[in-house]
This record gives sequence, structure tokens and C-alpha cells, in this order.
Amino acid sequence: MYKLTSLVLAAALSTGAAAQDKYPNVGRTATPAEIKAWDIDVRPDFKGLPRGSGSVKNGEDIWEAKCASCHGTFGESNSVFAPIAGGTNRSDIEKGRTASLLKPEQGRTTLMKLSQVSALWDYVNRAMPWNAPKTLTPNEVYAVVAFILNLGEIVPEDFVLSDANIAEVQKRLPNRNGMTRAHGLWDPKGRPDVNNTACMKDCTIDGRIVSQLPHYARAAHGNLAEQHRLVGPVRGIATRSDAVASTPASTTRTLAEKSGCLACHGISTKVLGPALHDIAAKYKTDGAAEARLAAKIKDGSQGAWGPVPMPPHTHIAEDDIRALVRWILGGAG
Amino acid sequence: MSAPRQPAGRVRPAPEQRRAFLRKAIALGGGAAASALAGGARGAQGDPAILKLPAHSTGLGKPVASDGYGSPSQYERNLQRRESPGLTRVPQASVAFAPLQGMFGIITPSGLHFERHHQGWWDIDPAQHRLMVMGMVKNPKVYTMDDLMRLPSVSRIHFIECGANTGMEWGNVAVPTVQYTHGMLSCCEFTGVPLSALLDDCGFDSKNAKFVLAEGADGSGLTRTISMDRVLDDAIVAWGMNGEMLRPENGYPLRMVVPGVQGVSWVKWLRRIEVGDQPWQTREEVMHYIDLMPDGLHRQYSSIQEAKSVITTPSGGQALLGKGFYNVTGLAWSGRGRIKRVDVSVDGGRNWRTARLETLVLPKALTRFSLGWTWDGGPAILQSRAIDDTGYVQPKINQLRAVRGTRSIYHNNAIQSWKVAESGEVSNVQAY
Repeated sequence: MYKLTSLVLAAALSTGAAAQDKYPNVGRTATPAEIKAWDIDVRPDFKGLPRGSGSVKNGEDIWEAKCASCHGTFGESNSVFAPIAGGTNRSDIEKGRTASLLKPEQGRTTLMKLSQVSALWDYVNRAMPWNAPKTLTPNEVYAVVAFILNLGEIVPEDFVLSDANIAEVQKRLPNRNGMTRAHGLWDPKGRPDVNNTACMKDCTIDGRIVSQLPHYARAAHGNLAEQHRLVGPVRGIATRSDAVASTPASTTRTLAEKSGCLACHGISTKVLGPALHDIAAKYKTDGAAEARLAAKIKDGSQGAWGPVPMPPHTHIAEDDIRALVRWILGGAG
Repeated sequence: MSAPRQPAGRVRPAPEQRRAFLRKAIALGGGAAASALAGGARGAQGDPAILKLPAHSTGLGKPVASDGYGSPSQYERNLQRRESPGLTRVPQASVAFAPLQGMFGIITPSGLHFERHHQGWWDIDPAQHRLMVMGMVKNPKVYTMDDLMRLPSVSRIHFIECGANTGMEWGNVAVPTVQYTHGMLSCCEFTGVPLSALLDDCGFDSKNAKFVLAEGADGSGLTRTISMDRVLDDAIVAWGMNGEMLRPENGYPLRMVVPGVQGVSWVKWLRRIEVGDQPWQTREEVMHYIDLMPDGLHRQYSSIQEAKSVITTPSGGQALLGKGFYNVTGLAWSGRGRIKRVDVSVDGGRNWRTARLETLVLPKALTRFSLGWTWDGGPAILQSRAIDDTGYVQPKINQLRAVRGTRSIYHNNAIQSWKVAESGEVSNVQAY
């Protein structure tokens, strides 16, 4: 009887759907208002996209107020998040493939990868601004997306993006043809693309060690002795300690203090400039970093870590600069 | 935070040269390790740890319930989740790696489960949390946690691995220890309701529905498309982890569990499931979690975590305690099924021996392997190679690179090499 009542009740509540009765009185029908509040996704066919519009110009104003502090005025900043714009050109827009993705040295920006404009709209709408997501109105989202698209010269400066023309914009995305699903890593029955054999004896090997951690990067992840258990078959290797700091490295630390380095750089915390540990980590696999960083200290530098420039340090002797760089790359112990 | 007093332990005799190295290598790590070495030089009568009764044998211990939710021993605090310096710039969109170098068996303790957040984590009031199931269903429904936890639940042990695990090592060696090479990996017993049961409960359109969208309640509103065949196979909407509720960092009170599939699909703080007939191509499907191939195309929806293994002891950043016997042990797993076999080499892949698999060899779960090895003090390169029940053999890094290049970031399941130097120091190398 209860079952029947529940069925009738559920059927009455639901919008013309046949109710299930396997789990009576568990869960309830969602109201249209509830579905509207949460159903915010926008699909590639633009199902779910709210009506509205926004101009590049209006987007620029919102960008300056709410986005530029992290992303840079032109979406170029690499200090907080990866750059949004750059690396695409007119030819890419025609072909729908970003040519610079073939260049190993080219960092990947959002617009170089993006294949669906719907995802850009959806993401700005659901997740931005960073510290206040889901607070932009639909028209503001249109405007911000229009501004980003203009940064990539996908739409002109006087463009007004709207639900009516967004499908046309999709046809101009630089990397719209840049995705493939022709691989075996999605379908559970997909075939692997790389195969090894289970040779057991006298197998053919190259035998060389082709890569290992550079010595200066040993300490980039802190003191490994303090990241291992105190008993057992092994111990962690001491890669940074007071004992190490009392060797000539501490002389270099004094040099760093005297030379003014530590006024702007913390050892492990960002002050005005990046933390010295972060510098060591960033260049840990870069064999040419020593010479480059020495030049940066001497001549000054800007842009590697954000907009705040580091002034030239012509007063520090070249030998001292080299010692400082080695000390920084070695973990600034 | 004074250094914990360490009971002296027995250390195998080592040649003077190695002992000198070990003293240098580990004495710096704190008084505890140094005293372990000192234990080797015991007095004529024997080991003071035996001869002199310690306080815990001659005094009164602490009462019950002095710590209502227990904590690990003070001597275990070195094993922590840690960030890799320089990998990410914002701690709310970052990773904390699990300390695989110190774990046993196959279960990851809840407090050491790796973390990956896209826009920070929250501790959500479960009484206010809702799950909505809508889209191509006859009856779109809202479930409270009360509702969900009344349903018939399942408990299953599965691994979760971020698609970017080992991603820093595509081009060259970049990090020192197994925590950073492989620590975006965990394995827990998850408890929840099969997502298929909820779809049935809402009367989903089984003829036309091909995909679901899973959406998180956090600021990022993380969204991933999951294909219907997986949903109907073994996907779970889970609230339990290792016998307790999910930890907040792992999605409390509700998350997706998608066995065998990369971690980003295991949407945390799950608030909505939408049933549909085409992939959504969300931000995490067209801008991130896409694998760049040498021809400039990105592979989209690369989801399966293929068979992989790694030796956790001995591993990079460690020093062996002298010559003699070691139990070489590690973890193997496959997103396609069960681990069938693991082979171990100590000569850089020229010769292999089949390791012992510990009990509980479960599909899409971590499997513990072990192999006895007597170190003769010479240089060695340790490797492990997993084979799953589809017959797939874990590849070498050069085999992966030949097909995928070095810039795909995701799905690096290469054989890992650890070099053992004559000094006993173990380091991360690439050799094939």
C-alpha cells in the first residue's frame, strides 16, 4: 500500500515521467528552478549557452578589473598562470591547426590548444575569476571571452560576441582541428599504441645511463633524509643540512646578504622576487642556466617571474656572481 | 619538536669506505639515524637497548582515548604529502605527492592520499550537500547524503593515479625520489553506490544516452565526460574511504570513483551528474589533460592508466645500509585489469627474474610485489616491469618516446630505473 502511495505521489511530482519504485522515498524529483540553477554546462553544439552578448571593449574593462592581476594585461603573463594568448597566427586561423605546436621550444598558451570556444565560455563562466568563481553575468562572460579571442586576433577589436554568432567564431579557432581521438586510451577495449616484450635473459639493452639528476638539483626537493623513515633497510640521503651550510656555502650566504640579494629574494619564500629555492627548481634540469643567470644578475632581468624587474648589479664582482649562482642552483643552503 | 629519541638498531658490518659514506650520508639526517649506526658499535656485554631497560618497560604508559582519533607515531613524521618545488605556482591549483617510499602493502593511509586540487579544497557540511541527476532521464532527482547512504552500497579497492603522474620525466630525469616521480598515486577501499543504480533510479534513456558529465561543487566546478559503458561497468559515487568518510582533500562528502581511469575523472565534491548523448569537451578535455603528439595533434580523452610499476625500496634518494640481503619491493597496477606478473632486473634490463605478488591481486588496484636480492656492493640498476591480464607489457621510456615524443605530459608509464652506486646511494636515472 505504501509502495502504491509512493508511486502515485512520485508520479504526481515528476514532470510526466514514470517514477521508479525500487528505492521508495529515497531522493526526490528536482524542481525546474533547481535544475536551472545548477545546469550551467555549455556543450560544443552550444546547448546550455545562455542568450546574451558582450563586446571586446567591455571585456577589456572587466579584464583590467578582475583578470589582469593574474593573467597580465594582454593574457601574456606567466607569473601566476600559463599564458592565455600568443603562439597563433592568421594561417592557423585558416587551417584550424596551430603550427607552433610543432616547435619544441614554444610554450603552450590556451589559444594554441583550445579546440572548442564553448569550453572557453563554460570555463570562464563556472570558474573565473579565480577567487570569486560564478560571479560574472552571462554578458560579462561574453565580453571577457570576446576580449580573449581578440588577443588572439580571432575576432576584430570592434567585435560583439553573442549567442547568435559564437558558432561562426568556432570556425576561426586556430586549433579547432587539432584534437584526435584515434588512440586506444579511451575505449576500455582500445588497443595500446606502445608495446614491449617480456624478454627474460640476455636481453638487448643500450646499457648507458642517458639521463640523471644534475648535481645542483640534488637539494631542490629539500633534505631527503627528512623525507624517509628513521628505521628500515634504507635511509634518505642528506641533501641539505646545517652541516652543509657550515661549509663554504655559508660564506656564499653571507655574500648574498652583503650583496643585497636577500632584500628581494627569500630562501624559500617569494618576497619581491622569486624564492631562491624556486629558482633552483625552475632551472634544475637546465644545464645552461648557470651562465644565463649570471648574466641576468649582472645586467638585470624582467619577465621570467613576472613584471617586477630585477635591477642590474654591476657592483658585484664576476667571480662572486658565479659563486652566488652556483649557491642558488645548489639549493641556497 | 625535539628530535625523537631513537632506539639503537643493528646495522650490518660495512667496509670502512662505505661506512664512512653512510655516516656522511645519514648522520646529517638527524641524531636518530646516527644513533642507529652507533648501535653497530655495541659494548662487550651486548646491546644497551637490551641490557638497559628503557622507560617504557619500567614505567606506566598513557591511558586509553588520550587521542580520540589516533595519530601516527612521532617517529613517522618524515612521511608527509609534499609539493614538488617549482612544479606549480599556486598552492590552490597544485599537487601534493604521496610518500610511496615509506608505504607497505597496497592501501594508502587516508591522510597520505595524494592531493590534486584545481581551485582549492573545502570541508563541506554533508547535511547541506546535494547530488542532482538530470539530463536524459525520465525523472531528474535530487539526493541528500541521507538518501545516498540508505542505498545498497559496495566497497571496492581501486588505485587512483593522476594522468600526469611521472609527467616530469618525459624528457629527462627531473626529480629525486619515488615520491615525486610516482606519488600522484594512491589506492584505497572506496564505499558508495554504483552510479548505474542512480541512473536506473532516475529512469535514464538507456537507448540514446552515451555519456555522463560529472561536476564538482567547488569553485572550479570541475567537469569531466565519462562514457556510459564505464558508468554501467564499475563507476561508483563514493562517500567512504578506508572505512571512514572521504577526507576533505579527497572530496568529502562525495566523489566519483572511475576505476582504471586517470584521477581527473574522479570528480570530487560531486554535485551533479548529467546524462547526455555526446561528449561535453570541457576545459579539462580541450585545454588540459590532452596529450601533445609529435605531429602537433593533441590526443583527447586519453583516460586509461596503462600497466605500470615502480620499485619503492630501494628507490631514488636513499642509501642502502651496507651489503647483504634486501627485499626489493614495489607497486604494480593496470587500468585495464589485474596484474598478472611483475619482473625485476638488477642489471639495467639485461636479465629479469619474476617477482612474488603479495596476496590481494585485485583488478584496477595496486598490487605489491617483492623479490629477494643480495647486494654484493657493486653498481646495479634496478628496474621493474609489469604485465597485466590483457598481456600488455609495461614499456621502456624510449619505446614510449618513439611513438609519443617527449611533450605529451600525460600517461608516462615507463619502466623506472634506480641506480645503486658502490657507495650505497640510490639515484633516479634513465637507462634502457
